Amino acid sequence: MLSGALLSSTLDLLALNPPGWGAVLLWGLWNSVLIAAGAFALGLVIGTLGAYGKLYGGPVTRDLLAVYTTVVRAVPELILILILYFAVTDALNQGLVALGREKVQISGLVAGILVLGVVQGAYATEVLRGAILAVPSGQIEAARAMGMSPLLLARRVTLPLMLALALPGLANLWLIATKDTALLAVVGFAELTQSTRQAASTTKAFFTFYAAAGVLYLGVSILSTLAFAWVERRARRGQRPVSG
Amino acid sequence: MIRALLIPRRLVMLAILMVIVALVAIYGRWDWLGNPKYQALIVRGIGNTLILLVLTMAIGMALAIPLGLAQAVGPWYLAYPARAFCSVIRGTPLLLQLFLLYYGIGSLFPGIPGIRDSWAWPYLRDAWYYAVLGLSLSVAGYEGEVMRGAFRAVPHGQLEAARAMGMPRLTIFRRIWLPQALHRVLPTLGGETVLQLKATPLVAMITVVDIYAVASRVRSETLITYEPLMLLAVVYMAITGVIVLIFRWFENRVPQRVA
Repeated sequence: MLSGALLSSTLDLLALNPPGWGAVLLWGLWNSVLIAAGAFALGLVIGTLGAYGKLYGGPVTRDLLAVYTTVVRAVPELILILILYFAVTDALNQGLVALGREKVQISGLVAGILVLGVVQGAYATEVLRGAILAVPSGQIEAARAMGMSPLLLARRVTLPLMLALALPGLANLWLIATKDTALLAVVGFAELTQSTRQAASTTKAFFTFYAAAGVLYLGVSILSTLAFAWVERRARRGQRPVSG
Repeated sequence: MIRALLIPRRLVMLAILMVIVALVAIYGRWDWLGNPKYQALIVRGIGNTLILLVLTMAIGMALAIPLGLAQAVGPWYLAYPARAFCSVIRGTPLLLQLFLLYYGIGSLFPGIPGIRDSWAWPYLRDAWYYAVLGLSLSVAGYEGEVMRGAFRAVPHGQLEAARAMGMPRLTIFRRIWLPQALHRVLPTLGGETVLQLKATPLVAMITVVDIYAVASRVRSETLITYEPLMLLAVVYMAITGVIVLIFRWFENRVPQRVA
């Protein structure tokens, strides 16, 4: 009897329609995935540029990139998020005021993507640099000997070949991105952890909601692991398996 | 190391860095650093952060070794739960785990009759123990996975040789298997310790006073936005540097070749 009543009240709390908070949680999950995807994509762009800069750039570029990756990887994400969040908003508004425009409230979504993207970029730089280095140099030399331009060489040879090598590292980065979105709760953005906190403190059903959010995060991470395994299998088509 | 800094372009970059630091020092608001109340808090905060880091790494590693062993060579009824535990810890954000422990499980305790009078109540109310528990479980989850690979990577010949010498199983584990596995993952552990350091500020979200919580308090009391955050960044970078040095010393102490 008692457990039945407990179960039905838990289901009521998690119901999708307004007295229940299910829809709020799912909306938070959607925001989290959106930010993680945006940050991951931005991180890939920064990472690719950074990796090429570290490998082929001039000495000053290399030193600056070393400073970027070292500092970002030594300071906790939580603090980077706060510093970047305030700095980006401040810089944008001061620029707008200097141009004689009105101040704007930067949207949490955009700020989250920018901030986490910069953090992801530092890790992605290292992952992609390692993967590019592992591409057999004969392949690159052959492409150069064929007269390919550097851009064509990157698009047709280096990037496709390194993808299979970079995928395990990138999969890790994606999982870190989905979990780092939880940190945006500190700046009050309504991603999954913040929505959960709201639901829990309103209904006082702390355990139910935090456990539910945990299940949602776990679902994302399990689905992502499966998806990355599939992509890696496709990227490794035509490669000889290492051993039986 | 120092010679690498004396190249002309690096000297120029150092000079630019020093100018920036000087500008921040002169034009920033640092008067709160002179306040004895904040000085005491900062010392306490850094101390708490360091204690949390060392304590949770130690407890976590002690849990990670059996977890890794269970996954690497254990029977299925030990291997599956160990794997499930590692997946759950690694698949959910640490912030959420801390919330679940402190607010979630912590909110269930007062419902147990008579618990308020028991000896355990002061511990069950204190966020510090939840923080230690949460961070230790996190280390156990991540390092359990690392140790699984490490135990598997020890060459079979080493274990067979030990068995041929007539060593009991526990001695083999203590003298051969564990040291070689740990030696292999020393560089990984250094990186993971830095990651753990970077995870500690999350405990401020469940009211533990670490250095991050101190900086947050300074920010809200003095309404200074950036300077406390900069201090935080410098403190964490300094601790990271020390961790890297300690692990480099450890790695140099153990001989490189195993056999």
